[in-house]
Amino acid sequence: MNSSVSRFSLWLLLAPFLLWIVLLVLVPHLQMLRVSFQVRESWDTLAWGLEQYQNFFSESYYWRTFVRTGVMSLFTTFLTLLIAFPIAWYIARLARGNSKGILFLACLIPFWASELVRTYGWMILLRESGLFSSWLQALGWVDGPVEMLYNDVAVIIGLVYNGLLFMVVPLVTTLDGMDESLVEAGYDLGGGHGTVLREVVIPWAMPGIVSGCIVVFMLTLGSYLTPILMGGKDSAWFTQQIFTQFITRFNWEQGAALGVLLLVLSSLLVWLGLKLTGQSLRKVMG
Amino acid sequence: MIRSVPRSRLFDALYLSYLLAFFLYLALPLLVTAVFAFNDSPFPSLPWQGFTLDWYLADGTDGRTGLFHDDGLLSALWVSTKIAFWVTLVSVGLGCVNAVLFERVEFRGKELLYLLMLLPLVIPGVILGVSILVFYSGMANDVSRLWGIELDLFRPGLTLVVMGQVTFITTLATLVIAARLRKFDRQLEEAALNLGATPLVAWFTVTLPWLLPSILGAAAMAFLMSFENFNTTVMLTGSDTPLTVALFNRLREGSTPVLNAVALFLMLVSALLALFTLRQKS
Amino acid sequence: MATESDLSCSGLVRRFGNNAAVDHVSLDVPAGTFFSILGPSGCGKTTLLRLLAGFDKPDEGDIFIRGHRMNEVPPNKRPVNMVFQHLALFPTMSVGDNIGYGLKRKKVPAAERRKRIARVLEQVGLPELENRDPQELSGGQRQRVALARCLVLEPTLLLLDEPLGALDLKLREQMKIELKHLQKQFGTTFVYITHDQSEAMVMSDQVAVMKNGRFEQVAPPEELYRQPATPFVAGFVGDNNRLAGTVVSVADDVAAVRLSDGAVVRGRVASAGLAPGAQAELYIRPESLSFSQTAAGGGSSSLQTRVRTTLFDGANSRVEAESNGQALFARLPQDGTAPALTPDGHLELSWDPDLARVFGASPQ
Repeated sequence: MNSSVSRFSLWLLLAPFLLWIVLLVLVPHLQMLRVSFQVRESWDTLAWGLEQYQNFFSESYYWRTFVRTGVMSLFTTFLTLLIAFPIAWYIARLARGNSKGILFLACLIPFWASELVRTYGWMILLRESGLFSSWLQALGWVDGPVEMLYNDVAVIIGLVYNGLLFMVVPLVTTLDGMDESLVEAGYDLGGGHGTVLREVVIPWAMPGIVSGCIVVFMLTLGSYLTPILMGGKDSAWFTQQIFTQFITRFNWEQGAALGVLLLVLSSLLVWLGLKLTGQSLRKVMG
Repeated sequence: MIRSVPRSRLFDALYLSYLLAFFLYLALPLLVTAVFAFNDSPFPSLPWQGFTLDWYLADGTDGRTGLFHDDGLLSALWVSTKIAFWVTLVSVGLGCVNAVLFERVEFRGKELLYLLMLLPLVIPGVILGVSILVFYSGMANDVSRLWGIELDLFRPGLTLVVMGQVTFITTLATLVIAARLRKFDRQLEEAALNLGATPLVAWFTVTLPWLLPSILGAAAMAFLMSFENFNTTVMLTGSDTPLTVALFNRLREGSTPVLNAVALFLMLVSALLALFTLRQKS
Repeated sequence: MATESDLSCSGLVRRFGNNAAVDHVSLDVPAGTFFSILGPSGCGKTTLLRLLAGFDKPDEGDIFIRGHRMNEVPPNKRPVNMVFQHLALFPTMSVGDNIGYGLKRKKVPAAERRKRIARVLEQVGLPELENRDPQELSGGQRQRVALARCLVLEPTLLLLDEPLGALDLKLREQMKIELKHLQKQFGTTFVYITHDQSEAMVMSDQVAVMKNGRFEQVAPPEELYRQPATPFVAGFVGDNNRLAGTVVSVADDVAAVRLSDGAVVRGRVASAGLAPGAQAELYIRPESLSFSQTAAGGGSSSLQTRVRTTLFDGANSRVEAESNGQALFARLPQDGTAPALTPDGHLELSWDPDLARVFGASPQ
């Protein structure tokens, strides 16, 4: 069937794909790029210009938030990897039989709740009138209510929580496919825990690590609910500024410019991550 | 490190307590959210005032309105369901066609198109929403200004939300279905032809039944992803607010146990869908 | 075209790029016979089978089945069924539905279908397994289901693409015999391809040995073994020893060949145009070699060798000897008639020249 697919049926199969990718991905993003270079001179006249981008660099609030969002996303990704790796290792290599499946499911189940619900759960736990505060008071460790919400630590707790699933699943999948005798050979040839981990396990798990990191990084960078609901007054997130430009200020040109900048940042970092680890997008995602 | 390499007792104990702490971390937020849906108190916090079903059933007569009498939330639930239905239909349909395209047909430029297909995965959801808003809503504005024709379809609203969500959910559906199609043994189709089936009959009697679990799985996933999406949706929503956006607006006004009730309800629905998918796979 | 043949092909060619996977193959399979195509992997036998089944089209030549030209007939319209290499049982259907698939396509009514499924299952020795899942069956059972799925349609021709490859050794031996019986019982013409010469020898009425897209020899198994037509067949079918040298004389169809160390060995001429001075190869089977520590008999040819080692393998035990750097294997009878051999000891091997075959050296 394959070799004899006529041109007609090829186009028939190609048409929905092209409609989707062109109308929903390519054209809208190109239009966003175009709008970001348009300067509104009056209500109905536009000119080409870099004003939006100049605004970004001259207003320290913009680029500070931009850098902060990038750095915190990287940190969150790294932290998620550190937390998830031992768990994935346990599920893939140490747990046996039924407990393996159950532990894996236990990792998945919390994530069938939406980001909003998860964030809400953390708010109930961490806020001044929240559970942790009440428990600490009941234990007599603190005198009055403690506010644990609205700071950067709270934001990172929430962001790591959101990313865990997307880290654990690819890690378990790659580690599961590893031949155990590779590790045994590593020890047999005189390696210690450290060398075996560094030279056998991590290179093997690299596609999973990169895939997990990319997804978690993208989710974190683009997250909106967690930073806005759990962050304090000075822990702004870049997506929040895009939202503000579009929804509250109706300044689409500025919003589009900020969107383009976020897209450039995320593409650049994903590309850099792939280059540094020698992986390809097709291999880690497809 | 692995079962066959000896580990110390201390290491085992530390590892186990780490696992325990991890799963506690995973479960705690959801658990408290669920529990406080039944606390007989106007705030979702301690102290525990006793068990009540008010946050589901109260009809507003004594100052409490439960989920099943809250018209705002119920209509938001309905809006979300409608969106999720269309998103599921479109993205799974596209996913099937894309999977066949990428797994079974050879053509020039396939690698490039495959990368394009993956693209929505590395675009933040907010940007997907923004770009669609800028293009379609901008177009509607221009058309209205220049020719006085109102393209309400492309104003923020259900259509745009569906379009925005389809953008990235299609990629996920394609990946799920393509992974299954890749494992399909082409000889099965040849065997069907050999036993007298036409190519079309072979596709429907052999290939499609094989793909069915992945199609159902992709559908369940698409439905949930759509239902729970916030980042893309919030940019594109119009006067009909979907559930996540409605909940978010409520939450900014202050939290009440009704929100817990909705959250628990959502968790249960998701769990049912997830179970259904798992049963399909096994 | 000969209409009494179930299958007949003439001048079939199938090219991939510059390489002809099937290169002017003609064959004729009489009705009711078991015909094997034997060849190493990559010899084009799978391509040939796919041409017969209709999954591929020949660039040249014609395919006739019972006298009807098949070239333009699509696979689903050919009176040919195939047992695939990995069986290709539909995993989404029960055993009964698998077997009924072809009947359903022929619009056989449900009741009739059920009857025929039950009957064919009985015939292949799997009664009452209709409702089982093919994945639950053992390898041998799955094999029989795949066979039943084809036989129920009563095809003119059954193609089998190395279906025993996935089975373990013991089961394979058993299935070989069973396949042969089933073929006799149903009377269907089988075309069987394999790279395993034992499968081909045990089951077939006729074997075609294929190499580089061409048939080297088509003959019954015994003829193939005793009178190989080409050096390739001599080396590929059964174990054989090969001695290379120069022809010194040809008399009464027996050629004398001088090996590089000066020893002269004799064997029956097997290729035309063999004259003194030509490069030649002599093939002699391990079981044709005898140990002549006493003086060699009058007409026999012999060779002085040195024992390297003995290889014990039950009835198939052999001694590995060497002559001027060339390894030779001889069968060691296990009935006590074999001499005691010590490594590095001297051993004279002799044979009846009628059992050895001499070919003009093939340019390697």
